Amino acid sequence: MDIDLITNILYATIRTGTPLILVAFGEMVCEKSGVLNLGQEGMMLMGAVVGFATAVVTGSLMIAILMAILAGICMSLLFGFLSITLVSNQVASGLALTIFGGGLSAFIGANYVGIGIDGVQPLVIPFLSDIPVIGKVFFQQDPLIYFSFFMGGLLFFVLTRTRLGLNLRAVGENPEAANSMGIHVHGIRYMAVMFGGAMAGLAGGYLSLVYTPLWSDGMTAGKGWIALALVVFASWKVGRIMLGAYLFGIASIMHLIMQGTGFEISPSLLAMMPYVATIFVLVLLSSNQSKAKLNAPMSLGVSYRPQL
Amino acid sequence: MNRLALTGICKQYPGCMANDNIDLSVARGEIHALLGENGAGKSTLMKIIYGVVKPDAGEFLWEGESIAVNGPAHARRLGIGMVFQHFSLFETLTVAENIALGLPKEQSRDMGELSARISAVSTRYGMTLDPQRFVHTLSVGEQQRVEIVRCLLQDIKLLILDEPTSVLTPQEVKGLFATLNQLASEGCSILFISHKLDEVTELCHTATILRQGKVSGHCNPQEVSSHEIARLMVGDDTPLNQDYKKVEGGKVVLDIADLNFKSDDPFACTIKKLHLKVKAGEILGIAGVAGNGQDELMRLLSGEQSTDADAIRLLNKNIGELNPVERRHLGFAFVPEERLGRGAVPDMSLEQNTLLTSAHLGLVKNGWINFEKVKKLGQIILDKYKVKSAGLSAQAKSLSGGNLQKFILGREIEQNPTLLACSHPTWGVDIGAAVLIRHALIELRDKGAAIIVVSEDIDELYQICDRLCAICDGQLSPIKNTQDVNIEQLGQWMAGQFKNSDQPAVTGDNAYV
Amino acid sequence: MFKLEKRPFDSKTMSYCSPLIALALTLFFGGLLFASLDHNPFEALYTFFILPLSDAYGLTELGMKVGPLLLCAMGLSVCFKAKIWNIGAEGQFIMGGLGGGFMALQFLDAQSSWVLVPILLFGALSGLAWAALAALLKTRFHANEILTTIMLNYIALNALLWAVHGPLKDPEGFNFPESAMFADASILPLLHQDYRLTIAIFFGLFAMVAIWTLMSRSWLGFQIQVLGEDKAAAQYAGFKENKLVWFALLVCGALAGLAGVSEVVGPIGQLIPYISPGYGYAAIIVVFLGRMHPLGILLASMLMGLTYMGGEMVQIEMSLPKSITGLFQGMLLFFLLASDLLISYRIVKVKKDMRDNATTANSAA
Repeated sequence: MDIDLITNILYATIRTGTPLILVAFGEMVCEKSGVLNLGQEGMMLMGAVVGFATAVVTGSLMIAILMAILAGICMSLLFGFLSITLVSNQVASGLALTIFGGGLSAFIGANYVGIGIDGVQPLVIPFLSDIPVIGKVFFQQDPLIYFSFFMGGLLFFVLTRTRLGLNLRAVGENPEAANSMGIHVHGIRYMAVMFGGAMAGLAGGYLSLVYTPLWSDGMTAGKGWIALALVVFASWKVGRIMLGAYLFGIASIMHLIMQGTGFEISPSLLAMMPYVATIFVLVLLSSNQSKAKLNAPMSLGVSYRPQL
Repeated sequence: MNRLALTGICKQYPGCMANDNIDLSVARGEIHALLGENGAGKSTLMKIIYGVVKPDAGEFLWEGESIAVNGPAHARRLGIGMVFQHFSLFETLTVAENIALGLPKEQSRDMGELSARISAVSTRYGMTLDPQRFVHTLSVGEQQRVEIVRCLLQDIKLLILDEPTSVLTPQEVKGLFATLNQLASEGCSILFISHKLDEVTELCHTATILRQGKVSGHCNPQEVSSHEIARLMVGDDTPLNQDYKKVEGGKVVLDIADLNFKSDDPFACTIKKLHLKVKAGEILGIAGVAGNGQDELMRLLSGEQSTDADAIRLLNKNIGELNPVERRHLGFAFVPEERLGRGAVPDMSLEQNTLLTSAHLGLVKNGWINFEKVKKLGQIILDKYKVKSAGLSAQAKSLSGGNLQKFILGREIEQNPTLLACSHPTWGVDIGAAVLIRHALIELRDKGAAIIVVSEDIDELYQICDRLCAICDGQLSPIKNTQDVNIEQLGQWMAGQFKNSDQPAVTGDNAYV
Repeated sequence: MFKLEKRPFDSKTMSYCSPLIALALTLFFGGLLFASLDHNPFEALYTFFILPLSDAYGLTELGMKVGPLLLCAMGLSVCFKAKIWNIGAEGQFIMGGLGGGFMALQFLDAQSSWVLVPILLFGALSGLAWAALAALLKTRFHANEILTTIMLNYIALNALLWAVHGPLKDPEGFNFPESAMFADASILPLLHQDYRLTIAIFFGLFAMVAIWTLMSRSWLGFQIQVLGEDKAAAQYAGFKENKLVWFALLVCGALAGLAGVSEVVGPIGQLIPYISPGYGYAAIIVVFLGRMHPLGILLASMLMGLTYMGGEMVQIEMSLPKSITGLFQGMLLFFLLASDLLISYRIVKVKKDMRDNATTANSAA
């Protein structure tokens, strides 16, 4: 392998890892507040289709991205209403969101299949982008990738250094106690769920506006689910989510690597890689169950209704 | 002028009147007891004062002014602090973070300064605390200190404590009382919720007694006898506890030798070198503060957690490796601590719950359930143990705590066990049911069964057990006949002060280190 | 103002009414949707829900969809009763089809219908093996079954794609990603020569009765229910959790696999890239909608089968996208979960008589 190939692989790794990072960040915050939202896939699909349709109709990528985020938030509010206000089972509500999002996005997107648009272009950062390898990998990327770096820093700061982060962790740990401390449990949970929706919508938009600028049914292909595994694998830690997402990125671009090494394998078999990797990761996790238990928000998945 | 005066407070929940026209007043610097059985409405009233629950009707006077408490944050601004029975702590956060959550933003911004304040306050009131420790590494007594210090950091005028002593050793209780007396002498009012009369007599200046959501009396606990207060708590028609004769058991039924166990669960306790013997026809009581290995020991006994075959022996048979079903076939029965969600399946009917642990009594043949037999057994349990329910088809969760406990105990006793292990048999149960349950245990003992009772209720242990010991940090104290253990010594055992004493297991060079 | 109040007991009536409320809400919002697309809502709903059933052909087509849905849903109901969130019926269905199809391709010259026995058996076993992977991952490695089964679905889909693009591709098929057509003898018998309905519907009905009996009368069924209702109680009673997990997943895998193979040796007749229109996922909704009760599941699988036909019908009659099917299915599940609230809560009117300022606190209600 030559240096160009390696550069290209790393470049592609960052690009494929980014949507996972965005979704996983959203889901992490959501889970920190004690809410398990299995509807990531549905929210991503809606973000993708709404973003893409907006881009086709308005021609503005900026508006398209904002609409993708908005679509994600709307979907997350459906979930929030069911699982927080109506105290429905979070697992079932999340599944419902995924199924509903799949149906609705296919319905909306039916007229947009096969249309092409000009996607978001890379933003080359002067000087830094001239560094060999690193320049191309980190500084010739599109704006959303820089946003994911920024978001990582911001989340780390908010979660560990601010009162908001402390409140969020408290709600996910013990909602009953948080309520008696005067923390607005449902308020915090709604905010976390909406943040999750916004990030999932953005990640969907990233797929249909940046990564492969087009729309096809079910185009997220399980990325929302992989992100769910990633959050657990990363023990709800920002840095480890980013690292893990890039590892999954590599698994998803095996065909690039294979090309470079001259192997020829059926694309269908290569397409299995990220899913196999996810299962592998889940198996690895079992080796330190007790550690995972310490890190997981203690009330994850438990609905809470204050008694008035 | 009273610091707090409530008049005509009412609160209704679906199917029950939790507070019915309650009046209560607390003076400055007064330690006021609120007495009542479980379910009398004490906790609801406290939550109303602390703003967690809104009353349906009534007047709330705070320092002479009529107000409505808008939630816990508002209550804390008024100077009301509360220590819950089930602590409202966050286990994976530090002591300082836990305390910060209860404070206004301005006070919690600088965590360094806050830590210093925590140390200062906790030392002043004789409750040492390390602000940087994670809460899940603290003992239950220390966790309670976190709750109290959290209240003391504000300008506290009224401190509410909900059954604070139920999780403490007798010695820790003394320390807590010293702190409370110091606070009261500084002018802080204290509302002390309890159902233990001796503690109220020792600590409190006045008492209000609740029964079935209503005030059944006010008194000065120093002047009125315990018996009179007890009558106010339970009413006239309920039998009060009686004493039972202590007995010597027969041959050894259960023999645990050198039992060690370490769980994968990071929050669990490790069992170390545990030895005990239980004889036929006796009740062995194990005292201890919650979380000192009782759960782990009971799981090892029931077979939910298996261990080395020879660590546990039932009638000279190695059973450590056997699962719960195999142990039941050998005559083992078990009443777990959690009634709903372990002892009984909440959403299933009593009929199905009868079947839960009784399949080996011929209720299942070739894999198919014989529903006739299940019904018959279920009906026997309901009748014999006076379980009040809507019949066998009633869901387990529809029963009151006392009735469900009678059902579970009855189900286990009807299996005619050689050995019954029983966790917290009367915790949270009304006095009528508690008397029936204790009586049933004594009856089973007199029929020759070996019984182990784990409880936090020391009075109960003294009442029904023939021999006593305590568990602390996964280790068992020496076992003595009940009449030879005074409460002082039991308290020391519960605090772990037996490790270098006359424990028979320790021999050789290290015996008297 | 209204507020929610917990019922002292769960309402049995509501648990049966809730699917009907959900259906009514779906019809209402479906009508709104059609209206917003400039179609007469009543006509459109008629086209979606009634028109497909207006003749014998339509009814047999519905039966053709009920068969696989019923098989998958009965299998899933065993898992869900044990609170094993097996989302993998889709993958087990595909593997059943792939395995059975592979077997059928070995008997291209077959004359006797007896070849169906090894074909169906191998299909069911393939589904079972796929579920066994999930069971192994759950019991041995404590991996979350929701995630593993979903990943296994994607892997199964890609395995099928790989097979029809590669080793199982028809050498004489002009390079289309399809296998050869199976021998007539290895196609499931039709119930009537004019229609496409096969005896697969009887597999579904048989599975329904068998699982009903198992769950309501057997000790094994009882243990599965206890495990799902209350894991701590199951441990306390000494039930072998891993054994039960294996059993539930294997039953589901075998039934979904049988559904898959019945589909490829039934109406499809060969291996193609997409053998399931999402039956495995739709079966999840069926189970919830049918209250996990066999009769309810039968009714719900008819309704769900109808949504597939309605989608096709509105595509033909009104040139709306077929994906409207997924939308209706999603709505049904959503509204069902929302109406389920009424099982354990009731809506009461709040008396506005006291303490106005107190309502501002804890407005979380």
